[in-house]
Amino acid sequence: MTAVAPEPSLVVEHPLQRPRLPKLAPLIAAVIAAAAAVLLGLSLGWGVAPIVVTGGLIYLVGLSTWSRLVENARAATDRLVTSLVWTALVIALIPLISLLYTVISKGSSSINAKFLTWSMRNVLDGPGGIYHAIMGTLIITLGAAIISVPIGLLAAVYLVEYGQHSRLASWIRFLVDVMTGIPSIVAGLFAYALFSIIVGPGTQMGFGGSVALSILMIPIVVRSSEEMLKLVPTDLREASYALGVPKWKTILKVVIPTAMAGIITGVTLAIARVIGETAPLLIICGATDSVNLNPFSGQMASLPVFIYSSYQSPGANPEVLRQMAWGAALVLIIIVMALNILARVLGKVLSPKTGH
Amino acid sequence: MKAGSPKRRLGDLVFSNLTRAAGLTILVALAGVGIFLLAQGAPGLTAGKEDLRGHANFLSYVAPLVFGTLLAAVLALLIAVPLALGVALSISHFAPRRLATVIGYLVDLLAAVPSVVYGLWGIGVLGPKIVPLYEWLDKHVGWLPFFAGPYSNTGRTILTASIVLALMVIPIVTAITREIFMQTPRLNEEAALALGATRWEMIRLAVLPYGRSGIVSAAMLGLGRALGETMAVALVLSASNVVTWNLISSTNPSTIAANIALTFSDATGTARNALIASGLVLFVITFVVNFAARAIVARYEPGRKK
Repeated sequence: MTAVAPEPSLVVEHPLQRPRLPKLAPLIAAVIAAAAAVLLGLSLGWGVAPIVVTGGLIYLVGLSTWSRLVENARAATDRLVTSLVWTALVIALIPLISLLYTVISKGSSSINAKFLTWSMRNVLDGPGGIYHAIMGTLIITLGAAIISVPIGLLAAVYLVEYGQHSRLASWIRFLVDVMTGIPSIVAGLFAYALFSIIVGPGTQMGFGGSVALSILMIPIVVRSSEEMLKLVPTDLREASYALGVPKWKTILKVVIPTAMAGIITGVTLAIARVIGETAPLLIICGATDSVNLNPFSGQMASLPVFIYSSYQSPGANPEVLRQMAWGAALVLIIIVMALNILARVLGKVLSPKTGH
Repeated sequence: MKAGSPKRRLGDLVFSNLTRAAGLTILVALAGVGIFLLAQGAPGLTAGKEDLRGHANFLSYVAPLVFGTLLAAVLALLIAVPLALGVALSISHFAPRRLATVIGYLVDLLAAVPSVVYGLWGIGVLGPKIVPLYEWLDKHVGWLPFFAGPYSNTGRTILTASIVLALMVIPIVTAITREIFMQTPRLNEEAALALGATRWEMIRLAVLPYGRSGIVSAAMLGLGRALGETMAVALVLSASNVVTWNLISSTNPSTIAANIALTFSDATGTARNALIASGLVLFVITFVVNFAARAIVARYEPGRKK
């Protein structure tokens, strides 16, 4: 427009741009909406939540009306949708922040040396510890990893190196995907039914938990390992074949080591996924107050089940046990987060090998 | 690669069969889930009144549970899908790259929180906080059967459970739809923008049609997760195994998974078989939902050889 302006001409002015709202329009609208909602809320004596909701609505309606008046209907819709997208993001993240804040603030007070090193055996009043549950979780999850990693990795090798596009391979691929959707409690019931038939009715033991968790873990390991094996360049395999190395040795000495970083990352993430599972362990491992380090005999405590049962059936000391449940939840979240970070770090540290 | 393959040796024979066996193990395990549930659940199908908590037969025992399961899962989906689409779009098309990475991490964090902790949060924080909303709904839209009330004083209703379920579904739906939105052909987007489309019109014309099947299957995978989720519902819901559309009262339909978790340890004998049989029903429902969802994904997945 500036280029045209100085020339006083008879030509009717056609601006190159339609009028736009100022760049800060959303901010201005937000401030006005917030002020209006607070004033309205305070004068009517509302709580925080209705004020926030009203403010959001005033913002949405106000901004799109303003845009409709100054710009046009299409721009107004665009602004409305943009605001809605950000609103959805905020709504989805508020619970996450609230959850993390609650777990940290309620849980941190109960964590101390005794909490981490005692069990609940013979604890009658006052807080006990969660050592038995931590050990149970570690043993059960380790067992699940020992079952899942070889099966999952070998199956992934089959899919990438041998099966490829054969009918069996595509069925396995498809059913592995379907398997990721098996409800965790069904995996628990499966393990319970399996051990009831093989060992004896009503058997509950830690190893059963490992079996149940591996049903949930194998599909994750297969999918992530498959993706990683696929990334290994064909050149590497062919170079190895050209040197006369058999295919199985090529896979073991060239393909898998090249993909190792990604595979380890995938396995770590899979462990992080299943370590917080509650429902299957509730059914097949039961719960106990004592330390049980033998996965093949007797009920075994675990962190998630401890959290659940302390909150659901706290017994004589509800306040103390509920407090302990929050502490155990914090420990569990810390373990899961540590595994997630570990996975990322391992992926970064080991990844140069896969490069080039 | 076929041409480069060396000739067969003993090691190859052993190793290739070993890997095939591992693949078959997975199929056997999946079949085993169905078979063992059926074997242990069969006695429960013919269980009598005393093992079914007063219900005449297995069908009338499991029907309200199926109703509750579907109701909770569908509600969760109604809440989760719009939010997840918003989050996915904000990552793929609205946020600047650096912010999008941060949002991606936060969504991963949402997925990493164990379900029992969600349950704890639902009963300890969300439940008490949401009671005023139920009071308001009861007062102002109580003529709707969904909000007929009387509202629950503890907030432990099926609506609260569904909100918690929705939180757990959001990361799954977001992850899949985000991938699909990002794969929208750049040229389609640029063509829309070059014709003068606003960002929303570009999304409506280029991104959403391209991702339609992905959105559907993401929603179905989310449904599968919501159907089978146990702990959040078991902790949050005060369940009484009834059939009702009332979402905010203190008598709520239970779900299959929550019912198993809540009653399994106290059940004995045939009652446990009946619970396992109800688990089989859940397995079949989720299997069908996941099967259909994956079939849709497999058909439309770009670049997959068919």
